[in-house]
Amino acid sequence: MPKITISDPTLRDGNHAVAHKLTAEQIAIYARAADAAQIPIVEVGHGNGLGASSLQVGLAAISDREMIEAARENLRHSKLGVHVIPGFATIRKDITAAIDAGVDVFRVASHCTEANTTRQHIEYISSRGKEVYGVLMMSHMATKETLRHECRKMESYGAHGVVIMDSAGAYFPDDVSERIGELTAHLNIPVGFHAHNNLGLAIANSIAAARAGATIIDGTARGFGAGAGNAQLEVLVPVLEKLGFTTGIDLYKILDASDIAQEVIMPYAPTIRPMSIVSGLAGVFSGFNKHVERIAKEFCVDPRDVLFELGRHKPVAGQEDLIIQVALQLSTQSEPSMTVTPDLTSPNLN
Amino acid sequence: METSHPKLRVIILGSGNIGTDLLIKTVRSPHLDCSFFVGRNLTSPGMLKARDLGIRVSDKSVNALLHDAEPFDLIFDATSASAHFENWPVLRQLGKPVIDLTPSRIGKMCVPAINLDDALNYANINMVTCGGQASIPLAYTIGQVHKDVSYIEVVSSIASQSAGLATRANIDEYVETTERAVKTFSGAPRAKAILILNPALPCMDMQTTVFAQVERPRLDELIPAVDRIVRKIQTYVPDYRLVVPPLWDGDRIVMTVKVQGQGDFLPKYAGNLDIINCAALAVAEQQARQRLQIEAEVFC
Repeated sequence: MPKITISDPTLRDGNHAVAHKLTAEQIAIYARAADAAQIPIVEVGHGNGLGASSLQVGLAAISDREMIEAARENLRHSKLGVHVIPGFATIRKDITAAIDAGVDVFRVASHCTEANTTRQHIEYISSRGKEVYGVLMMSHMATKETLRHECRKMESYGAHGVVIMDSAGAYFPDDVSERIGELTAHLNIPVGFHAHNNLGLAIANSIAAARAGATIIDGTARGFGAGAGNAQLEVLVPVLEKLGFTTGIDLYKILDASDIAQEVIMPYAPTIRPMSIVSGLAGVFSGFNKHVERIAKEFCVDPRDVLFELGRHKPVAGQEDLIIQVALQLSTQSEPSMTVTPDLTSPNLN
Repeated sequence: METSHPKLRVIILGSGNIGTDLLIKTVRSPHLDCSFFVGRNLTSPGMLKARDLGIRVSDKSVNALLHDAEPFDLIFDATSASAHFENWPVLRQLGKPVIDLTPSRIGKMCVPAINLDDALNYANINMVTCGGQASIPLAYTIGQVHKDVSYIEVVSSIASQSAGLATRANIDEYVETTERAVKTFSGAPRAKAILILNPALPCMDMQTTVFAQVERPRLDELIPAVDRIVRKIQTYVPDYRLVVPPLWDGDRIVMTVKVQGQGDFLPKYAGNLDIINCAALAVAEQQARQRLQIEAEVFC
């Protein structure tokens, strides 16, 4: 039966949902539960990865090192993973420290068209003998040919696999089949997929990815993640098993881990709220939502208008400073409401 | 002596986007004369441009300066940080001022709106980074108004098409050099720099946001001080504009500038390319004025 490696970023993508305020104790408790369920990779950190705690995307409650240590002490079977975005994290400041602190797996990410910003980081991590994957974020903004070309670059730098992310939750299953199919047909390394649930399609999209040959799938407890969240792990695992894939994960223990996660780390269970639907429709990174809500309130503008207007600027993950500019611009326009009915017949895929 | 030559004779090392744009600006400058354009590949777009302009070229990189250069007064190094580490031991022997446009951190860091005249006393003048040239004057102003500043963060977003291979391969150097310069010029004990590449079409203009944490915000003083330094920058970067004036956003000061270029080698959206070249040009022209004692309108 085809084997799927599950990577669980509950303690990383989930950090977006709590404005990066996960504590060491929360990390320790969930890491223990995930380890007991034999999840192959447990990712931890600020939502935007190493070195990302900032005013731009949010200050974390504790340091990268404290997060890594809290997870490290509680993982026996699972590998410990981190997310790295060049432009935020550097080798000297962040990656060497993470290696020293015992990280096993690095996922080096860029916007979907900018893979060559990851070269020095992938090469360095690979030279230190650690497992390293290339990640393309906001992948709905690129064609399958572009994704293939960018993934090829990461393969050439020594990435052990590549993962494409639907960071805005904008894909439909056919989009995923087409893109993953293109990658698995042309690459010599494993291909992975990371779903967001803005339009209620995270599980369906993950299945489409697996059927198109993806062998790494991301999922989080209760779907805990930015905006509407990710593929719900305790659903994903049994669904994949039922379809004939093997994950090596213990069903009861993953179900238990999801309960523990909800009890210990979530102020509320993720659900698809209106802002997430709008960000999925607008093709805007799910991590923007909390900032948009806060800033829209300050400028007395409709946060949905802000999201649709942001979508027109095509911001990449990490460009949160654009929110203030758009809110300021909307607040100074004379019309009482700026609402322009968006054209939903042409989704933001190009 | 060579004082009969009316212009400062400069050599440009590096024929990528930065070097080629700088060449066009140099050709336009009333104070500078580019006598030699040096790279590694005679068929690169930059080299072809230089030949079009009738400039003498070489593909022998730094060696061309040792063996093949006619008299000159100043060198711009527009290669990459790692190349500048190799070039500098050679260049210093030539005994002429070097303006380094890479994030190598070897020379005296210069942001013309802040320390132009002081920087001229150094043999190796470093232009920090493109984002640094946009953000540091604002960070400096925050530090001047707020002695209690504890943290400054600078975020630059640039169009993907304006980021050449050297920028992409040296993204860590960009981050670390910018952070160091922000701390040095602002006095903030902690600083963070973030660089974002955005591939949206049409290409976005370069944009830089500066955040600061201070004990007590003094926007009344900060707003006019920022206006003054923005006007000063505009004397050498014409399209540097404040798009979000200093605001107090809950627990932080925030402001944003947009930088458009002059559309010399790359289109106007490439403000990142333009601002570091405009800054380097301001240094060279000031050098020319000093050296050649031209009675021209003095900077600022």
